[in-house]
Amino acid sequence: MRRSREPIIWALFGGGGMASALLLPALILILFIAVPLGWVQSAPFEDLQALVRHPLIRLGLFVFISLCWFHWAHRFRYTLYDGLQLSHLNELIAVTTYGIASVGTVVGAYLLWGVG
Amino acid sequence: MNPQYRAYHPRWYRKSVPIFWWLRKRSYAAFIARELTSVFVAYSAIMLVVLVLAMDRGEAAYVGMMDWLATPIVVAAHILVLLVVLFHTITWLNLAPMAIVVKLGDRKLPASAVLMGHYGAWAVCTAIVAWLLIWR
Repeated sequence: MRRSREPIIWALFGGGGMASALLLPALILILFIAVPLGWVQSAPFEDLQALVRHPLIRLGLFVFISLCWFHWAHRFRYTLYDGLQLSHLNELIAVTTYGIASVGTVVGAYLLWGVG
Repeated sequence: MNPQYRAYHPRWYRKSVPIFWWLRKRSYAAFIARELTSVFVAYSAIMLVVLVLAMDRGEAAYVGMMDWLATPIVVAAHILVLLVVLFHTITWLNLAPMAIVVKLGDRKLPASAVLMGHYGAWAVCTAIVAWLLIWR
């Protein structure tokens, strides 16, 4: 019997859902809204730069964004599948969505590898 | 089997469902909306990498990005992103007690405790992010 890939895909989806649920509201509010508008003063630029250049932060960010990608892929796949009734295109949709997530992961790894 | 045979097969009976079936009921629309929050999650992940690259390049690139983020239309867009992601967070954490059953011996941890644990984790993560980016 061929083993199903579903548990792995579901773990990536679940991990991405949890990580993004816990971290994204704070990151978006602080980095994309509050700091640009001057509502709060961020840590000095040198500290922020040192932070994002730290290997552990880069590794964590890489894991985080790739989980976000696979979370998107899984949900978007089933939105197309159920929402737009494209179940006859199941394989094409799965290959496309997880393929985009894989490419996003590789590009993310390449870009974050070059930081610092 | 004769390949001709299938051509004469009767069509299965299927009730046709309109493509926008999920607009018929509030709960269906909420389900699709919840699934589509993932698009905003992916967008946020991309923007985080863009921001990190700007920080790495230097203060000028970082300040340039902050200026762009402060333009009214971009602020409005990111407020929308924040609201959608909050919808994702709340719906996700509220589902946790259904997905996670914690057994203590032969007793189950009550669902409310699992829920409180997850909201507690959200508060801790938010505090850590704020500490790293602002208060240090």
